[in-house]
Amino acid sequence: MKGRVLDGAALVLADGDSVATALEDLDAGREVRDGDRAVTLADDVPFGHKFALEPLSAGETVRKYGEVIGRTTEAVAAGEWVHTHNCESTRGRGDVAAAEVER
Amino acid sequence: MRREFTGYRRESGRIGVRNHVAVLPTSVASSCVARGIAAEAGAWARATPHQMGANQPDEARAQTERVLVGVGRNPNVGAALVVEFGTEDIDAADLADRIARDGKPVETLSVREVGGTAAALQRGRTALDSLNEAAADARHESADASELVVGVECGGSDATSGIAANPAVGDACDRLVAAGGTASFSETPEFIGAEHVLAERCADEETRRRLLDRVERREATADLMGVDLRGAQPSPGNQEGGLTTIEEKSLGAISKGGTTPVRGIVDYAERLPVGGGLVLMDTPGYDVESVVGKVAGGAQIIVFTTGRGSTTGNPVAPVVKVTGNPRTWERMRSNMDVNAGAVVEGDATISEVGERIFDEVLAVADGKRTGAETRRMEEFAITEIHPRELAEVRGR
Repeated sequence: MKGRVLDGAALVLADGDSVATALEDLDAGREVRDGDRAVTLADDVPFGHKFALEPLSAGETVRKYGEVIGRTTEAVAAGEWVHTHNCESTRGRGDVAAAEVER
Repeated sequence: MRREFTGYRRESGRIGVRNHVAVLPTSVASSCVARGIAAEAGAWARATPHQMGANQPDEARAQTERVLVGVGRNPNVGAALVVEFGTEDIDAADLADRIARDGKPVETLSVREVGGTAAALQRGRTALDSLNEAAADARHESADASELVVGVECGGSDATSGIAANPAVGDACDRLVAAGGTASFSETPEFIGAEHVLAERCADEETRRRLLDRVERREATADLMGVDLRGAQPSPGNQEGGLTTIEEKSLGAISKGGTTPVRGIVDYAERLPVGGGLVLMDTPGYDVESVVGKVAGGAQIIVFTTGRGSTTGNPVAPVVKVTGNPRTWERMRSNMDVNAGAVVEGDATISEVGERIFDEVLAVADGKRTGAETRRMEEFAITEIHPRELAEVRGR
């Protein structure tokens, strides 16, 4: 597998990524070690879903594959599940373009 | 690693991996009859029923014609029957001529002219039998992997697609390109957010400019319609599988093309080169239409990755299914061909699975049937050009 496996439970695809991908269904409260640091999951994180490896402020870019995959819509603590409820795309936003036209 | 397979040499010089007789309706009005004719004939006859109307705007009609001619010219097709209802703008005789230019046996049938569906089924059946005899004359000979044009597709993606199945298929594409073949992937909306990575890999400035222009046009389509791509990209199923944004989906999706330079980008259903390395095709993100575009471009085999599970096939090209999700491999075993879930479980490396996929492609080229073929999964759809897109194209 490309990337770095944490405790056999999650995968970090590239150095500098701010999220890790769960390799199995992970329960809230589980501690996942990443070298010197440890992250305690604040939420249940289903297989294939992501959690924050570090605290992210609102509007901060989220990195996976060593690339930007979106930005947070609110502050996210380390160990929180990162998905559509707190992270959004910055691309293909015809809705934003339409709202700007109306303004 | 094996490199040889036995295929069907066509007059055009290209090699087919199957010897089907295609039954191509020119519109929705002749699609049922086309399907009926092929169904009665047997598994060697493959119909491509579709939803396009008898009268389309010029640009859309040209695209429909390009797809039908392309499928007819696909080297997996030994002979073709073009079926019209008789009122279509598309002229069956013209399509037949364009397909026959390569020296392929082609006939036409008009439902109205022969006197309705019953007569058409009967006449079609007779025509198919003689076309099949003609197709059987094809030279069955040994060919090299360098003659393969492999289309790569993904559908029903989840987080394992970008981690396991797509990189493994990418590894197989690298092997194919190293062997001198052509690999092609598409779905332009799924380049959004990853186009800078692809642009860096373009072999020349012209390809780079064209690629960025196509991505911009797809993104502008969302603006044009005042919609948020997030409604469809990632799809609700993708989101359930853990994909949050189109950027995340794209970054995972592009890995299925491997790591070699991007040699070019062709239009939907435009001819793909033999021995061309990695070539992109500008298609929509809808997997069935995207597969059809590449088959019309001459791809003999499609390698299709899925995370959540997909059973999609194609009438004339075998579709090899690869899943990186161990649960999908277990649950949908009969529809899957290669397990990349071993990567997620730590039992195999991406390169090991890549080699397995390459071997499977060669075995399928040599005649091994895929799960989709065994179950006669033969989805077919042609991309429609949206009226607002049409206005945009015309205004340009």
